[in-house]
Amino acid sequence: MTENIKRATKEIVRSGRKGNFFKAVSAVVWKDLQAEFRSRELFSAMLVFSLLIILIFNFALELDIKTRQSVTAGVLWATFAFAGTLGLNRSMAIEKDRGCLDGLLLAPVDRSAIYFGKVISNLAFMLIVEIIVLPIYSVLYNINLFQPGLLLVILLGSIGYVGVGTLLAAMSVQTRTRDILLPILLFPVVIPVLLAAVKASNGFLTGAEFSEILLPINLLITYDIIFIALAFMVFDSVVEE
Amino acid sequence: MQDKPIILKVLDIVSILLLGVSTYLALVFAPTELVMGAVQRVFYFHIGTAWTALLGFLLAAVFSVIFLISKDLKWDRYQVAAIEVSLVFFLITIVLGSIWARPAWNTWWTWDPRLTTAAVTELIYIAYFMLRQGIDDPDRRARFGAVYALVGGLSAPITFFAIRLFRTIHPVVIGGGNADAQGAFAMTGDMKVAFFFALFTFTVIFVDLFWNRIRLGDLQEKVEQLKLKVTL
Repeated sequence: MTENIKRATKEIVRSGRKGNFFKAVSAVVWKDLQAEFRSRELFSAMLVFSLLIILIFNFALELDIKTRQSVTAGVLWATFAFAGTLGLNRSMAIEKDRGCLDGLLLAPVDRSAIYFGKVISNLAFMLIVEIIVLPIYSVLYNINLFQPGLLLVILLGSIGYVGVGTLLAAMSVQTRTRDILLPILLFPVVIPVLLAAVKASNGFLTGAEFSEILLPINLLITYDIIFIALAFMVFDSVVEE
Repeated sequence: MQDKPIILKVLDIVSILLLGVSTYLALVFAPTELVMGAVQRVFYFHIGTAWTALLGFLLAAVFSVIFLISKDLKWDRYQVAAIEVSLVFFLITIVLGSIWARPAWNTWWTWDPRLTTAAVTELIYIAYFMLRQGIDDPDRRARFGAVYALVGGLSAPITFFAIRLFRTIHPVVIGGGNADAQGAFAMTGDMKVAFFFALFTFTVIFVDLFWNRIRLGDLQEKVEQLKLKVTL
């Protein structure tokens, strides 16, 4: 493959010898971003897919001015959730297909560095897609989505979603049913994230009182911490051969 | 082929007898509830199956942790047994609950925290079996199963509390709901007898099925090993 990716892989190995955890994480992230920057496969697929989902919702829900107010948060999160599985699947499938995952596992670094690296790069892709979808949605439906509170909710929700999603994607790509399995595994366990994120987003969009929004935000933070800690502990058993 | 242990045989028969007695207690012995009428009798088995199903899911999460630490495939077989039995029991719980809810709430289903969590939990463990089905290597199947059972087992209670927290802030008035989720009635002495007997019965039935399923898993394992020997 390209020079840069080779260099990044070497960097992973070298950082492992030095025992520098953060260097290993950033090397994995850098490798993913580089590869994506060249192919743009994953990103463009996620983005176009998101726009298509919004288009479908437009017809499915008849998004007139009245309904828009109440369903915007739901439409956004459904869009992110569906587009997210596309990205998670792809990002793990590339590793598996070309035997890159084995290469990564051979590197003498802590396995959780690979997990965190993957989480950060997946999160980056998801956030980039969200940052593009938001203004498009704002323009199409004449709603201002650029509120700091809403952006915070989107960040927290995406962290939880990607944290669990990366772990489950690492499992699902190693099964026979691969692509179809990830959403089936992921959606039932991320329901708390979607629930809290929709509640909080709705709160910010309808201008609810902050004390009311605080509860779902706390829930999002709790979920993020619990599940990233869990994934950190069990990731070893998911990737070992 | 090893014989079925004698205790297990006895337990099979005891389970059937207990189920018979419990059915009698629930349908005949317990007095009819004044407001809801005969349909309230569903409640005894509803709670019985629900309690054992939740017990099984809890056990499965514990087996996950033990398996991930010990890497002994025995715990994986225990886990599959617990989840399989619990999945069926929980489905019975949901169906019985729906039968009760139709006259009591005037609807088969509401998106109440308990009901929603029950549906999500069923889906999680169905996904668990779909995951296992897609993996051939028994060792990997066990590892992935344990990880997913742990993730699911942690997520289900969070879902429950999440929905409940929000419902306390935004109380949703359920159409025609005059009985709340716990069932707004006080149990008389005879009802309590039927209730606790049903709990006991289903616990015994659970243990019996669980044991039988573990035995089945062990036998399957043996068959696999024998097949390998033949092909070698």
